Amino acid sequence: MKISPRSSAPGAVVAKIGRYTFLSVLLGFFALPMLWLASAPFNAHPTLNGSISSFTLHNFSVLLKDPYALPSLWNSLLLAGGTALLTVGFAAAAAYALSRVRVPGRDGILYALLLLSSIVTGTAAMVPLFQLAFKLHLIDSRLGVILVFTGGLLPAAIFILKDFTDNTPKSYEESARVFGASPFQIIRHIVLPMIRPGLATVTVWAVVNVWGNFLIPYILVRNPDKYPASVVLYTFYTEGGQPNLALISAFSLLYSIPVIVLYLFVSHRYGFRFHGGIKR
Amino acid sequence: MARTASPAAAEDPAGLGRARAAGIAAPALLVVLAFLVFPALWTLYLGTTNYRLTGHAARHPRSVGVDNYTTVVKDPAFHHSLWLTFEYVIGSAVLGQALLGFVIAWLLRDAGGRVKRVIEALVLLAWILPSSVVAFLWSALLDRDQGTFNALLHTQGTAWIVEHPMTVIIIFNIWRGTAFSMLLYSAALTGVPPTQLATARMFGANQWQQLRDVVFPHIRGHILTNLLLISLWTFNDFTPYQITGGADSRSQILPVYIYQTALFDGQMGLGAAIALLMLVINLVVALVYLRLLRDRRLERVA
Repeated sequence: MKISPRSSAPGAVVAKIGRYTFLSVLLGFFALPMLWLASAPFNAHPTLNGSISSFTLHNFSVLLKDPYALPSLWNSLLLAGGTALLTVGFAAAAAYALSRVRVPGRDGILYALLLLSSIVTGTAAMVPLFQLAFKLHLIDSRLGVILVFTGGLLPAAIFILKDFTDNTPKSYEESARVFGASPFQIIRHIVLPMIRPGLATVTVWAVVNVWGNFLIPYILVRNPDKYPASVVLYTFYTEGGQPNLALISAFSLLYSIPVIVLYLFVSHRYGFRFHGGIKR
Repeated sequence: MARTASPAAAEDPAGLGRARAAGIAAPALLVVLAFLVFPALWTLYLGTTNYRLTGHAARHPRSVGVDNYTTVVKDPAFHHSLWLTFEYVIGSAVLGQALLGFVIAWLLRDAGGRVKRVIEALVLLAWILPSSVVAFLWSALLDRDQGTFNALLHTQGTAWIVEHPMTVIIIFNIWRGTAFSMLLYSAALTGVPPTQLATARMFGANQWQQLRDVVFPHIRGHILTNLLLISLWTFNDFTPYQITGGADSRSQILPVYIYQTALFDGQMGLGAAIALLMLVINLVVALVYLRLLRDRRLERVA
């Protein structure tokens, strides 16, 4: 039973029309910039507007022939994979130690770490980060970029994984210990499988962060052979200085697909929303 | 799953011991120390030198005391950049993303089916695509001669990015970041008791009265969290550089201004002095945010 005496009033009709008009405008606002990404890669004569004159896959063969396009995706993959691996590995170890062993001032340490990672962002620290990489001969080094990313992502990763570890019962570890398992066997065979959802969350989060980041590789990588996709996209110009639209459009799509697939996977599997507000 | 029984026995169930615990926590702490703590501290030192990227001062930097700081504080270009940053954060985050995010969450709160799914998917897509891609999408959209925007409005020949750079990056950032506010408010709205809303409606409260008297008191904490986080992110956002190219002083928000000063012009010392100010502003916002989190955690425990 619905008590809504106002729903049939003319005011309600106007409100409904207003609501749908607003939603249509909203739809246009968010869809309009993306039309180009869906159409230009398949346009035989790509221009900057989003119409298709004749369908083609030729732009993708241009992309295959470009000496920097595909290697840059490989570079992005190395950076994202390397960062995710280091972040998850280091963070899981630190989170377990901080969760199970009483370290003096542990909450203070975590608090300070989290504070630091929100303050020392890539933009605010680009000058010392560049300097540091320069002094350590880490300019043009993938390891340098990976370490800078890992440093920035670790505090939040430790925080998330500690939350997961805190919420797993200790009884399994205790019984394994009674049966004579070593601490490292316990961590490997009992703790890690139990916090697997946390590990997956941190991995996806780290990969997405690195995959899309422009600034850090832009300042730390000078050699075009080592550019990741985010930086290479910025260099696709024809000899006449015009943006090479065939290449840019096809490459943009290819570079975006992993993110879209990951999003579809996550939203299908877990539902892409916050439950009851964000946790941290 | 709170296991509070016998805390002494529950400590260290795997028998790791303090030394080994410190050992496995060490790699993480070392990386953070080297690439997060050290850069922050080094900014302090760099800001007091005349360090340059190239030339004599690159090899033999010397201390210039507080000269960089006095130069920066007096520099009208810096004041201008600070003002633009303020416009950018207030316009695109506080007014733009937060408001639009809430309106979408409110309008779609009990809408079902396709409309909701399509709108949410598009808003999220704008948020998750790589920044280099969305920057190019917007450059294409607003292009002077071939852009879709000019074609729709019949305003061919208007170079929006050149003529109105600030408006463009503000609207761009609303488009880019509304998803977070939308998600946060959607989650927050599920916590508003429907019976209270129904009661308010029964007594003839209009939409605005329902929002003011029922909804806002319930989600006040979420609003504050949201505003702090999106302000912090927007303040540290470098994406506008990819749309404007960074050279135009009319759209040099602080991150871009630092890049141009330190890495493009090579005045590292001066750039570090400006960066210090960014670090301080970040610190203030983050402190307020973490304070808030802690209070709410305590509330939940209590």
